[in-house]
Amino acid sequence: MQYHTPASFEEAAALAAGAKGTTRFLAGGTDVLVQLRAGMVIPDDLIDLKRIPGVSDITRTDDGGWRIGVAVSGAQLGAHAELVADWPGVVEGMELVGSTQVQGRATLTGNLCNGSPAADSVPGLVAACASVEITGPDSSRTVAVQDVPQGPGKTCLKPGEVISALILPPRGKNAGDAYLRFIPRTEMDIAVVGCAVSLRLDGDTIKEARVSLGAVAPTVLLVDAASEAITGTTLDDAALDALAAAASAACNPIDDKRGTVAFRTEVAGVLAKRAAKIAYTRAKGA
Amino acid sequence: MSKIHVTTKVNGDTVEFLADPRETLLDCLRDRLGLTGSKEGCGTGDCGACSVTLDGTLVCSCLVLGAEVQGREIGTIEGMGGDDTLHPLQRKFIEHAALQCGFCTPGFLVAGKALLEKNPNPTEEEVRYWLAGNLCRCTGYDKIVRAVMDAAAEMRGEAA
Amino acid sequence: MAKDEFKEFKLVGTRPDRPDGLDKVTGRARYGADISAPGMLWGAVVRSPHAHARIVKIDASKALAMDGVKAVVTRADFPTGLTGDAWNLQENTMAGERALYDGHAVAAVAAISKTLAEDAARLVEVEYEILPHVTDVDEAMAEGAPVIREGAADATVPEGMHPNVVKYMEFGRGDIEAGFAEADLVKEHTFKTEAAHQGYIEPHACLGQLGEDGKGEMWVCTQGQWYIRKMCADVLGLDGAQLRVTPSEIGGGFGGKTTIFMEPLPLALSKKTGGRPVKIVMSRSEVLRATGPTASASMDVKIGMKKDGTITAGRAEFRMQGGAFPGAPVDMALYCAFAGYNVPNLEHVGYDVLANRPKCAAYRAPGSPMAAFAVESLVDELCRELGLDPLEVRMKNAVKSGDQASYGPKFGSIGLVETLEATVAHPNLQAELGPNQGRGVAVGYWFNHSGETSVSMAISEDGTAQVSVGTPDIGGSRASIALMTAETLGIPYEDVRVNVVETGALGVNEPTHGSRATFASGKAAVEAARQAIGEMCRRAAKEWGIEPEAVEWVDGAAQPAGPNAGEFPPMTIAEIAGKMGSTGGPISGHHESVPEGVGASFGAHVVDVEVDPETGRTTILRYLVVQDAGRAIHPAYVEGQYQGGAAQGIGWALNEEYIYDDQGRLQNPVFLDYRVPVASDLPMIDTVIVEVPNPGHPYGVRGVGETGITPPLPAIANAIQDAVGVRVRQLPISPPRLLAALKAKG
Repeated sequence: MQYHTPASFEEAAALAAGAKGTTRFLAGGTDVLVQLRAGMVIPDDLIDLKRIPGVSDITRTDDGGWRIGVAVSGAQLGAHAELVADWPGVVEGMELVGSTQVQGRATLTGNLCNGSPAADSVPGLVAACASVEITGPDSSRTVAVQDVPQGPGKTCLKPGEVISALILPPRGKNAGDAYLRFIPRTEMDIAVVGCAVSLRLDGDTIKEARVSLGAVAPTVLLVDAASEAITGTTLDDAALDALAAAASAACNPIDDKRGTVAFRTEVAGVLAKRAAKIAYTRAKGA
Repeated sequence: MSKIHVTTKVNGDTVEFLADPRETLLDCLRDRLGLTGSKEGCGTGDCGACSVTLDGTLVCSCLVLGAEVQGREIGTIEGMGGDDTLHPLQRKFIEHAALQCGFCTPGFLVAGKALLEKNPNPTEEEVRYWLAGNLCRCTGYDKIVRAVMDAAAEMRGEAA
Repeated sequence: MAKDEFKEFKLVGTRPDRPDGLDKVTGRARYGADISAPGMLWGAVVRSPHAHARIVKIDASKALAMDGVKAVVTRADFPTGLTGDAWNLQENTMAGERALYDGHAVAAVAAISKTLAEDAARLVEVEYEILPHVTDVDEAMAEGAPVIREGAADATVPEGMHPNVVKYMEFGRGDIEAGFAEADLVKEHTFKTEAAHQGYIEPHACLGQLGEDGKGEMWVCTQGQWYIRKMCADVLGLDGAQLRVTPSEIGGGFGGKTTIFMEPLPLALSKKTGGRPVKIVMSRSEVLRATGPTASASMDVKIGMKKDGTITAGRAEFRMQGGAFPGAPVDMALYCAFAGYNVPNLEHVGYDVLANRPKCAAYRAPGSPMAAFAVESLVDELCRELGLDPLEVRMKNAVKSGDQASYGPKFGSIGLVETLEATVAHPNLQAELGPNQGRGVAVGYWFNHSGETSVSMAISEDGTAQVSVGTPDIGGSRASIALMTAETLGIPYEDVRVNVVETGALGVNEPTHGSRATFASGKAAVEAARQAIGEMCRRAAKEWGIEPEAVEWVDGAAQPAGPNAGEFPPMTIAEIAGKMGSTGGPISGHHESVPEGVGASFGAHVVDVEVDPETGRTTILRYLVVQDAGRAIHPAYVEGQYQGGAAQGIGWALNEEYIYDDQGRLQNPVFLDYRVPVASDLPMIDTVIVEVPNPGHPYGVRGVGETGITPPLPAIANAIQDAVGVRVRQLPISPPRLLAALKAKG
């Protein structure tokens, strides 16, 4: 295995494009190292992105959104008061990944690129309309987060492409988001079901909403029917029931060591309701 | 495959070692530098027995490559306190019988110290959640949590 | 011996710092993987990815061709002709004709670095012919199940049973049909528990060296260095005394480190590399796939109860699989099933069954937690239906000292009644419960154990004392043994050093198992100290010119036994020790025996839970352990045993399980998915130490380590029923299982 420390994303992309065997990018390393140690994926080339200037920065964009470097850890996100005020759901999703120790390393971009349908930070990003900047060997492009995962362990990144930043849109007024997941313990598990809700209010009425589910399908889902179920409502009981039904209906899960089809389908609805209430309360308070 | 020369600071001392690019920081601490106080309980970041600080941030050293720590600062259990300079947490762990087999203890101490530096007055719930990534199979955590709370109180200057 | 016969102690019952505390908070304590040797190689093990497969061919040529790879061993490198348990151990160490479970070792490699050894292991090519497999106990004994091994059954198994049933037992008393007829309510249900792993945080590690001359050295994390010595010698055809085994500090064991798994492999590899030391450290997934969890169980229980709570009859039929080898603890489970109850009519039936899973090992009170889950759950169901208080019913039927135990012998001094009284009196029972909250109680039992014990103690020239014990310190036994030795000698606790020594330094010791270290090594240490005291009294007598019988030992000094003995100032241990060279030489004491007088221990647990009815998740709100310790030598470590046992039981009840896919592959061989409780899962665990002294021990000790894992399984199931009205008879009561039960109830 060759270990590389490029000084720019262009250099990283060129390294990856020129590599012959298995290539992995190293940001937080909390997935790459586990796979390496288990002998599951032993890359021929490991490209460490942390020496690239700016990868650990969180910066406000000109339009009032956020640009988050690919090596920004969960701990850094949680400590950034302004970002937390804007996107508490996005941050709490990331903060649920692993332990305090893992929080010191794990990144939003890594969580996304690992391609797990159960990634805790991804539903929040999808609900938030986040996007990623991708640097390729020849050109760059911007892709919505919901289009990055293509199946378990698969992403839309082409050979040689590397994510160079994550962009959150401006939060705006009267809006809130929230992420909840279900795990058997209180910490340290992979989500059995995850749900993020982001919404904006006009008075007491939900003007727009995005609902995203994790761990209930081969990729994180953006559930339009669930968003529609609460848009135009005051999140009354009928709306909540419709939301739960829409969330459950969108599920296409599997039975595995972490949960059953029936459990995931049922609990997706439960979490959607609970997350929506939190997002609603946050929007009211904003 | 060729090894990578790494110069870094461990517990304030500048050290050098040659790392196979696949070796973790934990491997390097234990097998290259002879610092065996950090333990490998899982190798997957799930048990916390290998907890160290990297530039002041609490991490699992099994999830860091040795090659990554060029020019960084690492803190391990060996740097926490000697017999004559024990950190209050170390003393309280002994006093409260917060260890049985002791294998997870270095990780708990390093993690506990990081907590108290960030939050000198944690609630029981905050202690439990901060330490959720440190597994202990012997104690049921009761005495560990008490030891951390008591050390925090002592460090704040409150009578136990 | 009644309580008041115990005098006030100076040290026993206090809570001093443990002697190995500084080593363990500074990181310098040396565990299994912490030692390296000059010229050392690293070993790695090739393991079967199949649950059951014929090994057609092993080709290690690619691995051996790598620069730095020094040796590969397969079963062909082991001696042949072993039988019985020795064969079982050898077969489990390294598969012969067939791999019998996912993770079964088929080859091992030694190389100059760990990374290289792992790479080489991946290059060992093994050709398998996959065979049908079975992992569930009921399926394994059903007609048509794949046969794990022909001829493995012993003479106890009746004709006509499936060859996977390797041991059968039945015993009982009275007339159970008459007993059930006498009852006002008879209930019968089937209960299931999944295998749980001990989950010690330290993976198995061993550094071994073996020469052509058959002399070997081992540094190994183990609960019992003599067991390691005998088992490795058996498996490799060595002479026991030529193998010297030094135990490292041990990072947890809970029974799982009382046997061998990979430990012979460093020796076998060492021998093949001309005697170079070889170190093998297991990964967590190797630990979970290939070291012994406990058995899984399927259990039918039937109990009859009168309206007043009197239990009239009980029947237990337990089926357990302990992997591809005999040894599921079905016997222990049956002995414990009704141990807490005085029931005149009983029947017990048990089956030990083979399946394609790793060879089970002991796990804290082996068998008792499963038995308790079945029996204590059903007793709770009976109490509920008859409207009886579950603690009153247990008190009504409780066994007392001298009663005939359900499994045969008469109980010595036991403290179940005192334990139940202390439980009823605890304030946790008055705590108010809210919606979806419930309370459960259960009782647990463990026999405790003695075993071969050899201890030496020696007085130093300055009057301090060293004690050599053969039982590794797994949870504070150095402290308890030092306390008892110091108390006996009448010297300060700090003046005693307890050393856990290697096999060359003492006679055979059983491991630290069966809750025996403080009981057996402690009792032997006290005997050894008394021997040294006798010698010191003789030295003083000689100096004073009086008869040795006229000297007594008080507060660490010899003194004349009375006015008639003569007028001499007390001669302290330091004074006597200071001149040992001129008064007859070294002063020491030694004791070896299988100490008699083991005291059994009962415990009662009370747990309050809250269930989220929408997700099926159970939260532990409050937890109480009440248990008879006989006498707590170091109460903090007794509490620690109670709390640790409870936490393991909580994990087993709620989330821990072995999950196999339809190929028989373990799906959760990492701590991410083998879900042991984390700090935020648990509340503080309240404890009450009941002290009904054991007359069989000089300080009244009963073993305290094991009983505590037993009651949580049923107590939590009982609390969940109290909270949300559903009875779950299969563990773990994970959220998907509980939510499904809640939905079924409607």
